[in-house]
Amino acid sequence: MNVVALLRIALRALAVNKLRSALTMLGIVIGVAAVIVMIAVGAGAQARVEEQIRALGSNLLLVMPGSTTAGGVRLGFGSGSTLTEDDVVAINREVPEALAAPALRGSAQVIWGNANWSTQIFGVTPEYLDVRQWPLAAGRTFEPAEMAGAAKVALIGATVARQLFGSGDPLDQSIRIKRVPFTVIGVLEVKGQSLMGHDQDDLILMPIKTARSRVLGTASAARNRTVGTIWVKAADEVDTKVIEGQVRALLRQRHRLAAGADDDFSLRNLQEVMAAQEASSRVLALLLAAVASVSLLVGGIGIMNIMLVSVTERTREIGLRMAVGARTRDILGQFLVEAVTLSLIGGLVGVALGTGASVAIAQLAGWRILLSPQAVALAVAFAFVIGVFFGFYPARKAARLNPVEALRFE
Amino acid sequence: MLIRARELVKVYRMGGGEVRALDGVSVDINEGEFVAVMGPSGSGKSTFMNLLGCLDRPTSGEYVLGGKRVSDLAGDELALVRNRRIGFVFQQFNLLARIPAVENVELPLVYAGIGKKERVRKALAMLSKVGLQDRADHQPAQLSGGQQQRVAIARALVTEPALILADEPTGALDSRTGVEVMALLQELNRQGMTVVLVTHEHDVARFARRILGFRDGRVVQDEHNQALAA
Repeated sequence: MNVVALLRIALRALAVNKLRSALTMLGIVIGVAAVIVMIAVGAGAQARVEEQIRALGSNLLLVMPGSTTAGGVRLGFGSGSTLTEDDVVAINREVPEALAAPALRGSAQVIWGNANWSTQIFGVTPEYLDVRQWPLAAGRTFEPAEMAGAAKVALIGATVARQLFGSGDPLDQSIRIKRVPFTVIGVLEVKGQSLMGHDQDDLILMPIKTARSRVLGTASAARNRTVGTIWVKAADEVDTKVIEGQVRALLRQRHRLAAGADDDFSLRNLQEVMAAQEASSRVLALLLAAVASVSLLVGGIGIMNIMLVSVTERTREIGLRMAVGARTRDILGQFLVEAVTLSLIGGLVGVALGTGASVAIAQLAGWRILLSPQAVALAVAFAFVIGVFFGFYPARKAARLNPVEALRFE
Repeated sequence: MLIRARELVKVYRMGGGEVRALDGVSVDINEGEFVAVMGPSGSGKSTFMNLLGCLDRPTSGEYVLGGKRVSDLAGDELALVRNRRIGFVFQQFNLLARIPAVENVELPLVYAGIGKKERVRKALAMLSKVGLQDRADHQPAQLSGGQQQRVAIARALVTEPALILADEPTGALDSRTGVEVMALLQELNRQGMTVVLVTHEHDVARFARRILGFRDGRVVQDEHNQALAA
């Protein structure tokens, strides 16, 4: 008997008990729909993380000063002042495949006219924009003379521009930062949220010397030319791990650390941080899909249950089919095709439902979703396998019936 | 010789004890015979029918059907013999409820691997042979008992078998319809078909030309039908 003939028999048998068939499929429908939704949401979240990694630049190293100890209390990384502008110069000179840029961070209130806004202040060099891959939306960057002369010029982030100027043009306007008048020479392009969810456009950049002497710094900081962090960008084709090793060796040498001593700075490879984050979101997606597939399994058990009932109900039919010449494989095939038909129809309905639910989630909750044909194919294939697996036992039970007893069954 | 049975024994094991349902039955049946198998319940006549129909295998003994030894075939080989050589007619008709008469008649041809067009042609031919050509599209529930049994006879005939086995074919019918069905079997026999019939009613058995009487797993009577011979 060919599959088409078996399929026709199966559809007719399932149509006899429409409600029962529909309820039996429901387990598979829900399971497949859940798998589709989970994979869509998980893949969407992963795509978002990957996008953010691209926006940040995946070939970045972040160097922060080491900890200081004050009266036996060790303050965490970044509390010390072990990194200086000379370190930055040295990295740029000694590690040709890296571009280093310092940043000195603080916060301050900014005033323009009768608008005011509290934001983060970064003292930087022009390389900072290259390292962060952050173009200007308008205006120009710092000139060497402004860097050397601690000029009172500022680049403002998109959020600051909106908060102070609304839709007006900020260029060449004079803003006051901690009562010091600055000229806005440029506006940064929108960068959006960081991985941690904070607004990266809420900041003001100024020459590092200006920041240190006029806005943030102390007298000792000015003398030592310390910096808060050093961003290091590896050239595109270079492994960040190699650069990481070179920068670490250079800084240890410059800071005269003995062979066994701890680093007096911390060096973080953002690529690794991102990779870890990506991996964790992938694990989450996998976990959700695994939970969803449990309901597929439960659906499969439902199919087995109903197929066993069906075999018992149709014992005489099986006996008759055997009497007129059905072989073991004919009966086996008949009931197996019936089970697989149940699970496959359930799977297809589940795909439709899951796709609809995913789109609804994207619309209502604003989550990013990603529907992949592979996920759909996987879910349908899984439903098929469930049908074969849970249909086999009842089908074999039917095929092994003794024709004499089956014909006599009441 | 169509059927040659030698010393057929069938033993059932039931809860530790043994039941000897057939205790050495030897019977020959020629092509074209019409045989009624009679006996009280428990006499072994049903067991004998199951063996003749290749639905079951004897514990010992030999059964040759149409020159082929079938007593030691198993499973799918027996299914093939049933499909090609034997047509069954049951007391309860055993039609599939949700499909029309013509498809019920087609069923053995499905398992013989015959294409749809040929199946329909043969099934319709058999339905008209039993006088139901205009009921081909009716489901069993829309037919009377006698009509259902005639559909079942058409189904038994459709593979052109060597033998029709009818197990109490009138048991579920009223006497008038039962006579019609028996007349149909008699007519088929007249056209050359070998028919073996199981019944416990003498009124039914008198349509046959030879009567085999069973008791306690043995053949105790084998004679020509006097009424018919007369």
